[in-house]
Amino acid sequence: MSGEKVKLKGIEWKRYGPLLLNREWCKGCGICVAFCPKNVLKIGEDSKVFVDKEEDCTSCTLCELRCPDFAILVER
Amino acid sequence: MAKSLEYIRLDKFPHVWCPGCGIGIVMGSIIRAVDKMEINKNDVVMVSGIGCSGRMPGYCDFNTLHTTHGRALSFATGIKLANPKFKVITVMGDGDALAIGGNHLIHAARRNIDILAIIINNWIYGMTGGQYSPTTPLGSFATTAPYGQVEPPFDVLKLIKGSGASYIARGTVYHIRELDKLISGGLQKKGFAVVEVISQCPTSFGRRNKMGSAVEMMKRQKEETVPVKKAEKMSKEELKGKIVRGLFLDEERDEYTERYEKLIAKAKEVHQK
Repeated sequence: MSGEKVKLKGIEWKRYGPLLLNREWCKGCGICVAFCPKNVLKIGEDSKVFVDKEEDCTSCTLCELRCPDFAILVER
Repeated sequence: MAKSLEYIRLDKFPHVWCPGCGIGIVMGSIIRAVDKMEINKNDVVMVSGIGCSGRMPGYCDFNTLHTTHGRALSFATGIKLANPKFKVITVMGDGDALAIGGNHLIHAARRNIDILAIIINNWIYGMTGGQYSPTTPLGSFATTAPYGQVEPPFDVLKLIKGSGASYIARGTVYHIRELDKLISGGLQKKGFAVVEVISQCPTSFGRRNKMGSAVEMMKRQKEETVPVKKAEKMSKEELKGKIVRGLFLDEERDEYTERYEKLIAKAKEVHQK
């Protein structure tokens, strides 16, 4: 999954449905993965988050609210 | 909410905090509170002391000040008195607020000055290498407590209540929607407001106490805390080992800067006679 490139405030993000990821800022702590009610996210081999099941995302924003690194945004 | 990006200094990112550290989560919550209340970011002053939490003003696009250890509230008191229109938020860790800055904390509460004090409690001095703090639980391990902590911890909120704050709350970074509400409430309060936030330090506290990852530590916040309403119906036995969270106090009291302005007016009157 590559995701469409989006520029926000001069910073590059990648869009997966309602989710915008900044993998440069992600430190791979896994908080978003563990507490996603729909298991949408996973940690990749590079120890950073990726979107595994985009279609299951309900835009509940819990990942964005709990991400310590501001690396996920949810558009709703 | 891409709006949160408007409140952070993007050129400073990624931030310095360890993977899984809760301080970034608290920062997000503060930003959402300011945004929700539609306060102009140029009317907000964020002040910190020393420690991991001390870095937060560097990342937030408010008026910001990073001061000396334990002195966030003393600088914040000066700022608020000099220009009471500012919304002043201090961010402190447990060591910063309760050990080095303990006196400033109780006296700010006694005066009831209109400042929101966020105390991020991760039970340890993280940045300086894992020394025990005034909140480190009995028996927990720290670099300065290799055989377990022998001192009992402060109950932060009882300390503040005794000192005289007008808004007292405790949240966790796990219960994030609740934390957003508690911080918003503190920001709205005219008077001294304290929000203690239970957070995780996986590097210095979790690792030394075999608590697992940041995720495991956050699961503990879920399992080991009870909401204040539920706690009222629980016995002392049932509450053993539990931390009560929620809103503990929200009352109206005379605020310090207002009282001070009245005093200045009175002094001028006397002087003119």
